Amino acid sequence: MLKGNAFQRTIANWLNALSSKKAAKYIVYISALVLFFVLILLPPIFGIVIKWNSIPSVLNRPELVSRALSTIGNSFWVALLVSALDLIAGIPMAWLITRGKSRWLSVLDTLADIPFIVPTAALGYSLLLFWSKPNGISGLFGASLISPGWLLVLLLHFTFSFPVVVRVLVGALLDYKMEYERASRTLGAAPFMAFRTVTSPILKPSLIAAFVLSFARSLSETGATFIVAGLFENGPVFLQNLKNDFLGGTIPQSTYEGATVFASLILIVASCAIFGMIWILGPRLKFPFKGVWPGAERRLSYSKAAASRNTVTLLIFFGIVLIPALFVALPAFQAVFTPVLPAALSGSGVWNSYWQGLLLSYLLGGIVTVLGFGMGLPMAILIARRKIGKTPSAAVDILVNIPLIVPSIALGASLSFFWTQTFPGMPELLLLIFAHLSITYPYIVKSMSAAFERISLDMEEAARTLGAKPFSVFTSIVMPLTKYSILSGAIMAFTRSVSETGATVAVLGANSPLQTAPVVLVNWVRGVVPATSLEIGLGAGILVLLSFIILFVLRLVTRGKGRP
Amino acid sequence: MPDIRVVNLTKKFGNVTALENINLEVHDKEYFSLLGPSGCGKTTLLRLIAGLIEPNSGEIWIGDKRVDKVPPEDREIGFVFQTFALFPHMSVWDNVLYGPKVKNYNLKEAETIGDEVLELVKLHERLDAYPSELSGGMMQRTAVARALAAGAKTLLLDEPLGQLDAKVRNEIRYEIRKMAKDLKLTAIHVTHDQSEAMSISDRIAVMKKGKIVQIGTPQELYMRPNSLFVAHFIGESNFMEGIVTRTSDGSVEIELRGGFKVYAVGNGLKQDERVVLAVRPEVVTMEIGSRERENALVGNIEKITFEGTFMRYEIRLSSQDSVVVNRPSLTEEWIEVGKTVTLSFPPEKTHVFAYPASGLTEEIAV
Repeated sequence: MLKGNAFQRTIANWLNALSSKKAAKYIVYISALVLFFVLILLPPIFGIVIKWNSIPSVLNRPELVSRALSTIGNSFWVALLVSALDLIAGIPMAWLITRGKSRWLSVLDTLADIPFIVPTAALGYSLLLFWSKPNGISGLFGASLISPGWLLVLLLHFTFSFPVVVRVLVGALLDYKMEYERASRTLGAAPFMAFRTVTSPILKPSLIAAFVLSFARSLSETGATFIVAGLFENGPVFLQNLKNDFLGGTIPQSTYEGATVFASLILIVASCAIFGMIWILGPRLKFPFKGVWPGAERRLSYSKAAASRNTVTLLIFFGIVLIPALFVALPAFQAVFTPVLPAALSGSGVWNSYWQGLLLSYLLGGIVTVLGFGMGLPMAILIARRKIGKTPSAAVDILVNIPLIVPSIALGASLSFFWTQTFPGMPELLLLIFAHLSITYPYIVKSMSAAFERISLDMEEAARTLGAKPFSVFTSIVMPLTKYSILSGAIMAFTRSVSETGATVAVLGANSPLQTAPVVLVNWVRGVVPATSLEIGLGAGILVLLSFIILFVLRLVTRGKGRP
Repeated sequence: MPDIRVVNLTKKFGNVTALENINLEVHDKEYFSLLGPSGCGKTTLLRLIAGLIEPNSGEIWIGDKRVDKVPPEDREIGFVFQTFALFPHMSVWDNVLYGPKVKNYNLKEAETIGDEVLELVKLHERLDAYPSELSGGMMQRTAVARALAAGAKTLLLDEPLGQLDAKVRNEIRYEIRKMAKDLKLTAIHVTHDQSEAMSISDRIAVMKKGKIVQIGTPQELYMRPNSLFVAHFIGESNFMEGIVTRTSDGSVEIELRGGFKVYAVGNGLKQDERVVLAVRPEVVTMEIGSRERENALVGNIEKITFEGTFMRYEIRLSSQDSVVVNRPSLTEEWIEVGKTVTLSFPPEKTHVFAYPASGLTEEIAV
C-alpha cells in the first residue's frame, strides 16, 4: 500500500511496475542463485581443490594422518552421543513445556532458550568454572570434579545443543494436531502409549530435524570446545591446534596446509555423507516398537511416573544445562566490586582488545545479517514458491543446508584458501565477512522460506486479483504475515555470527587485529593472553548479559505474536 | 462489455492434461456456473481466466481485450476463494479497502466504495473485526465485499460456499446471485454441487475430465441431457440396459433386460443397437399390484426411505434391475416394503443413449 511522501511513492510505484516484469523477476532470482554459488557454496569446495597438492606431504607422515583421523572420529562419536542424549532429555522437556498445566511453564520455555543465545565461548568458560575450577561445584569435593577432557566436551555440547532440540520439538508439538492423540486416547491408549504409538511417529520428521541440528552444532562448535577440551582433540580442536602451531612457528606452512586440507576434506565429505544418509534413510526409518504394553504404559502415564519424569527432566535442565551455563555470572558479579570493573569500563590493559572485539563481533553480525537477508530473501521465495520448478527448487533447498552441516572451522579454512589464493590482496575483514556470511546464510534462508511456506498461496493470489502488483503483495501481505519469523531468523543468524569462533580463527592470520569477542575470550582462557579469572568472568558475563538483552528484546517484539 | 470468451484453451500440469481444448463464451451480466465432480478441471479453468495460472495454449478474452498474457492484477476481475483468503492481519475494513488502495484510488473515493459494499453485504457493524473473529458466513460476505470493492465488473467465485453450513449456504447463494444481478456483473461460479448450480445460474457448463460436456440453462440440462454423464450428474436417473427392437420416426421400441418392452423417444438409433434408457425417478408412476400398461415394469418394493418432501422407493424388477421412484410424502399414500407394484412412465419423458464403449459404470463415474 502506498503511504509516505511523494518520493517514497514514486519509488514504490517504480518497484511495483518493475516487479510485474518477468525479466526483472528472473534477474533477481538468477542473481540470488549466482551469489549463493559464487560466495557461499563453491569457495570452500575450490579452496580444497586449489590446495589439493599439499595433501601428499601429510600422507607421508602417518602420525599426523592417524591423529587427524582419530580426532575426526572423536568429533563424530561425540556428536552422535550428544544428539541421542539430547533427544532422550529433550522429548520430555518439550512435552512438559507444551502439555504441562503450570503457568510457570512459559518461564521455563524462555529459560530453555538461554544456552542457545549465549555465545558458546562464554558458555564454555562457564562450564569450565562450574565443573572443573575450585570455585564451582568442584569446590564441594576438594578436587576438580570433571577435568577438561572428553567428558566436559560432551557436557558442553549437550548444554548448547539441548535448547535447539527443545525448541524444534516444542514447535512441532504446538503445530501437531491434538485430534490424533485424542483419537488414540478415546480408543483406549494411556497418554504415554498415545505419544509413543501415534504422536512420535507423526512427529518423526521433527525428531530427525532436531537430531540433525544438534548433530551439526556439535560437529561445528570450536571456541568453547577448545576451552574445555584439555588434551582431548576433536576435529575442530585439531584444526585450531594446527593453526596455532603454524602461527607459533612449530610446523611449516606446507604441513599446516596439507593437514588442514586433509582434515577439512574428510570432515566435509563425512558430514555431507552422514547428513545425506539421514536425509535418505530418515523417512524410511521405522520405530522399532510395534508391540504395546497396556499395563506398563498406563503406569508410566500417570501420577508417580509422570511426576518423577518431570522431576528428572527439570533436574537435568537446571543441573546440567542452565546453572552451568550461567555460572559465569558469579565471578562476573564478584568482579563488579573489584577494580576489574573500572579497568574494564576504561578499556585499559586487556580490555582494549575486548571492547574492540565486542564491537567487531556485533558489527560483523549486523553486516552479515543484512547481507544474508538481501541475498537470502529472493532465495527463500525461490525455494518456498518453487520458482524454478519443483526438483531444481528442492535441490537448491538441500544445497543451502550444506554450510549448516559442515564444521565451521573446516568451512572457514577452505574458504580462506580459496579467496587468498584467488585474490592475494583480499582484506581480512572481507574474508571474515564471507566466512560468517556462509555460516549464517542458511539460518536466514531456512527461517524465511519456512515462514513463506506457511502463508497460504491464496493470500498472495487474492491480493493479485484485487489489483496489487507483486512488490505490493510482498510489502502489504507477505511481510506483515511473516515479519516475526523473519525477525527471529535474523536474530538467530546474528547470534550465530557473534558466537562463531571456528570459522573466525580459520581465516585470521597471525597477530590479526580482527579478533572477535569469542576469540579474545578463548585466548584469555587458554592463557594466550594473560588475564585473571575475574577478568575472564567479567568478559564472559558481559557477553551473556548482552545476549540476555537480545533475547529480551526478541520476546518483547514477538510477544503474543506466536513463537519466534 | 465484460463478456468472457475462452478459445481452444489447454492446460497441462506435467504429463497430466487438466483442460483440453476448452471453448466457452459467457455473456455480459450473465450468472454462469462451471459444474463438475472434483478433478474435472473447473477450478483450473477459473484460475486460468483469473490469470493465477498460465495456459499452455489458447486464448482468453475479457470484453474486447485478450488477457491470457495479462497478470491477474490487470485483468479487472474479482476473485472469491474457497478458503476466503482474508488477510488475517487486517480488519474487515482494511481487507475491503485493500483493492482500492493498491489501485491508488484516492482515500475518500476508496472509503466511499468500502462503505457501499459493506452496506451491500450487511457487515457495517463488524468493520473493526479481524477475520478470526468472524463466523463462516461473515467471512464469506467479507470476501465478496472485498472482491466487489476492487471495482471489478467480472466476479469469479471458486466454490465460494464450500466451507459454509448447509443452512447458511442456501441463504448466501441467493444473496450472491442477487448482488451480481443488481450490480450488473458477469459472474462465473465454480461448484460441484448441482443443486447450487441449478438454483442460481443463468447457464451452466457441465465438465468432466478436463472437457466441457454440455452447456445450457438449468432446464435444458435437466430436461435434455446430451449424455449419460449429464443425466446422472444433474438430478437423478434410473438407468436400464436394453436392445433396440424397432425404430420409427423419432420413436424406438426397446427390449429391456428381463423381457420388458418399452417405448421411448430417440433419434439416430439403429435396430439391434445396445442402449441405455434413462428415466427420472419423479416421472415414474407407481401402482399396487401387477397391471397391464404401456411402458410398464413390474417388481417388488425392496426399500423405503423417508426424505421429508419425498418418499423414496427402491423397486427390484424381475430382471434384477433396480429402479428408484420418488413420490410426494404428504399427498400420496405410502406403500409397504415387499408389495408388488407396477411402474410406468411416458415415452416422451425418457432419454435413450447408445451404450457407452467404456461401460455404463465408467461413463457415469464422478
